Amino acid sequence: MNVKNGYYYTKEHEWAYISGNRAKVGITDYAQHKLGDITYVDVVQTGKVVKQFEVLTGVESVKAASDVYSPLSGKVIAFNSKLTDSPELINKSPYDEGYIAEIEISDNSEIKNLMDAENYKKYLKGLEK
Amino acid sequence: MELKNTPLLSEHQKLNALMADFAGWYLPIHYGSIVEEAKHTRQKVSVFDIFHMGEFLVKENPVKSSLDKIITVPVTKIKIGKCKYGFLLNEKGTIIDDLIVFRLKEDEWMIVVNASNEVRDADIISSKLSKGSFFENISAKTAKLDVQGPLSREIVSKIAGEKIKELKYYSCGFFDFFGGNYIISRTGYTGELGYEIYIDVNKVVDLWKEILKSDFCKPAGLGARDILRLEMGYPLYGDELTEDITPLEAGFERVLDFEKDFTGKKSLLEQKNKGLKRNLIGIESIDRRQPRHLNKIFFNEKEIGFVTSGVFSPHINKGIGMGYININGAKEEDEIKIVSEKTQIPAKIVKLPFLKETSIHR
Repeated sequence: MNVKNGYYYTKEHEWAYISGNRAKVGITDYAQHKLGDITYVDVVQTGKVVKQFEVLTGVESVKAASDVYSPLSGKVIAFNSKLTDSPELINKSPYDEGYIAEIEISDNSEIKNLMDAENYKKYLKGLEK
Repeated sequence: MELKNTPLLSEHQKLNALMADFAGWYLPIHYGSIVEEAKHTRQKVSVFDIFHMGEFLVKENPVKSSLDKIITVPVTKIKIGKCKYGFLLNEKGTIIDDLIVFRLKEDEWMIVVNASNEVRDADIISSKLSKGSFFENISAKTAKLDVQGPLSREIVSKIAGEKIKELKYYSCGFFDFFGGNYIISRTGYTGELGYEIYIDVNKVVDLWKEILKSDFCKPAGLGARDILRLEMGYPLYGDELTEDITPLEAGFERVLDFEKDFTGKKSLLEQKNKGLKRNLIGIESIDRRQPRHLNKIFFNEKEIGFVTSGVFSPHINKGIGMGYININGAKEEDEIKIVSEKTQIPAKIVKLPFLKETSIHR
């Protein structure tokens, strides 16, 4: 499974790419693989205030409907609207074109609750056992 | 319980298939993308490993047919070389299995049944046949590959000869290839032009490889098969068809021959007289969200039924499904809600099939 350096990760397989006080967020390659073809992503309204590890949005795949949790607290400043017609972008490019939303981070200290790439790789290895 | 393996297991593994339990079998769900495999089948052609399904051989005198009383369709009236869809029922008129009967010869039939019911079907059918009748469960030695899609005729004629081009919809015949004489039928579960090849289990790996030599044929798994059958409104045993459901409720009166005697007939006639309590409907979501098994169906704030199965349809670009509702609970085009613990999806009742234009009769 692809894990990108420079990104931060949650145990529920979301990622955050942080630049300054903003973060792009999405689900990991592992998550998209487990879910199979993603067929629907709930629109996230800009302005929505989210808390770390609480529900950001919902995605549906051929397999199941699942919640996506926000890796960080903050305010949603953009939703990747391409996902409305092409949710499969998450399967094709989970870390880039398939990002879900952009957040204005309200508390940078929460980053310590996330895993870096090295630790997320270890975490995935643990799941395989 | 240990899962049963298909002889093509190592072929599926070479293709990086995601394998999972289906009806007690370890089978390929997809080879990368369920949605892409479903699209490829409708655009070109796909091959499906359907080894798990059961096949029985019955030989008896058609003048005194006992098989005719076991199955809902008139097996002695099927022309030689024709296939017919029908049911095996219990006395209550509910569905033990759905099946296809092939009339192979004047006095010989093949019956194709669902994997999950194979053993039970074999017990029931063999015990009800007349003493003089011959019955054999040939499932273990018979492999089945489905070649489905608008380009399937190209592929199958290359393997089994030009004669395949004369095979009409829901017909079957014996063809010489791979050093044997094997049954091929023009049937399927996708709604496209397609063939089902019944071959010796020892030859199926070679046949699989030969079929996949073609540039435009790809393997497809059970996930794609589920999308394809649902887009056509075909029922699946375990979802739309169960031992709680009668063929009348499932909308299959056309394959019940009330002119003859068959197990379950009396109960079905009673149900017809009393009137049905529920019926099968097609469901189309307002967006890409899919109805899912056992979601509730609401109309005007009232619960009227439940979803039997659903998928995302890449050809309609919406979630689709089927389900049962109380009779007269709602009608076509009515706006309903599909309700689960998490979501409420606006949807409407639509006429089946979802897809109307396919290559099936080409």
